[in-house]
Amino acid sequence: MTMSFEKLHEIADCALERHIPFWKVILEDDCTERNISAEESFETMRRMYRAMKEADEAYDAELRSASGMAGGDGAKLEQFRMQGSHLVGDYLSEVMEKAVKMAESNACMRRIVAAPTAGSCGVIPAVLLTYEKQKGTEEDRMVEALFVAAGIGEVIAASASIAGAEGGCQAEIGSASAMAAGSVTYLENGGEEDIVHAAALALKNMLGLTCDPVAGLVEVPCIKRNVSGAVNAVTSAQMALAGIRSVIPPDEVIDSMRRIGKLLPACLRETSQEGLATTPTGQQVAKRMRG
Amino acid sequence: MNVFDIIGPVMVGPSSSHTAGAVKIGYVSRKLLAEPLKKAEILLYGSFLATGKGHGTTLALVAGLLGMKTDDSRIPDSMRIAEERGIEIIFGEAELRDAHPNSVQLILTGIDGRKLEVVGESIGGSRINIAGIDGISTNFSGDYPTLIVHNLDQPGHVAEVTSMLAHKSVNIATMQLYRASRGGYAVMVIECDQEVPKESIAWLEHLEGVQKVTYYSLKDGE
Ligand code: SF4
Repeated sequence: MTMSFEKLHEIADCALERHIPFWKVILEDDCTERNISAEESFETMRRMYRAMKEADEAYDAELRSASGMAGGDGAKLEQFRMQGSHLVGDYLSEVMEKAVKMAESNACMRRIVAAPTAGSCGVIPAVLLTYEKQKGTEEDRMVEALFVAAGIGEVIAASASIAGAEGGCQAEIGSASAMAAGSVTYLENGGEEDIVHAAALALKNMLGLTCDPVAGLVEVPCIKRNVSGAVNAVTSAQMALAGIRSVIPPDEVIDSMRRIGKLLPACLRETSQEGLATTPTGQQVAKRMRG
Repeated sequence: MNVFDIIGPVMVGPSSSHTAGAVKIGYVSRKLLAEPLKKAEILLYGSFLATGKGHGTTLALVAGLLGMKTDDSRIPDSMRIAEERGIEIIFGEAELRDAHPNSVQLILTGIDGRKLEVVGESIGGSRINIAGIDGISTNFSGDYPTLIVHNLDQPGHVAEVTSMLAHKSVNIATMQLYRASRGGYAVMVIECDQEVPKESIAWLEHLEGVQKVTYYSLKDGE
């Protein structure tokens, strides 16, 4: 059995050949790699899921980050949703809210789960926690969905990158979005093909996204990008579940992400030397933080 | 990389390199000091110095020095807790040459007077590298139990240490040797697959030619 997959189709093929679900392929790979029992692996993932939930529940609207740029927006979305005034439906409305809340909690030094990174920590919990809450899904199944996300993330990490400093924001919010897309497709009873194509469709929308955080802080544009990553995951899943396929096969999409990341100049890979970071306002914030 | 590097770790934000990595550097350094902390000079370098404030890097380093792990929700309060415990904390800028952009130099003093100088680097994700101890360059991650022996640069010390480990059924994962100058003093850094028993460390400390033994255990509170 192969250790740590480098291609999405390897996971999908393995699942089909062995007649086991996608998530189980990932779990078994973890057991082999770390020499642990299936139960231990599953329970560790459950802890991650619960930590996400606790982080969401612990959101504090009063907190502000050290820069003063971040905090309180999650509560605004919540209020807007509670008033019943939402442009998008119930599900997406709450997904957006949870994405901002988690990313704000991160900026305000609260406990979160990096998924795959701290900067992109809002995407996956937003999609999954809202799903569980609104559909009343069993926790075990949510944990399985996290394994699906982890498998997609592992492939992207092995074949491209999940670090903004290496591949730009496509590697962080883009990867998180692809992971969330695959996992919610699984929850909606999508098959292997649907899962990997949902991931591909999500990732394609994020290709080329730069990492240009203001003052080098994980706040602007990171927090609100968690929202676009989460919403993009849901719309991509919807497409895949409707039978839409990515014309470019999923593994080729990931490879193009790798190549694009390599072509991105260093000034757009977390160094804060271009883009939003060097706008007049961005520079003002940076100056204030240095002072 | 395993799946829990992808989904995980559970950590206090905002940044895996500038916050979680910094906690880990502090944590490993405190354990290396091997006695309760009395005073810490925290000298920042590179991006730690430039963006550390907004990332809570200083709070994170202090939290680690207090023995907190990367998911401890008291990290933002670390300065206050240090003050309560009567620990003196001094911040400054490090003068390091060609260091990793996310580096810190820690100069620590324990309550019984033991001193330790550590250079730590946060090298991506929440992974770290201890790049220097007491002026000698090193390379270890804090992912393994690690034994560091300062000894006079004389024949036989490496054999003594490795045979002791073999005798205690401790397998060596990596081993590095450094020396300040020929015939001066040398340092062995040994990452192990198992914990080194306490009595073996005490035995090493009394060995002739051994000047200092530092041990990093993965077990809590040691
Ligand atoms: S902009 Fe950069 S720091 Fe912010 S989430 Fe994207 S990759 Fe992470």
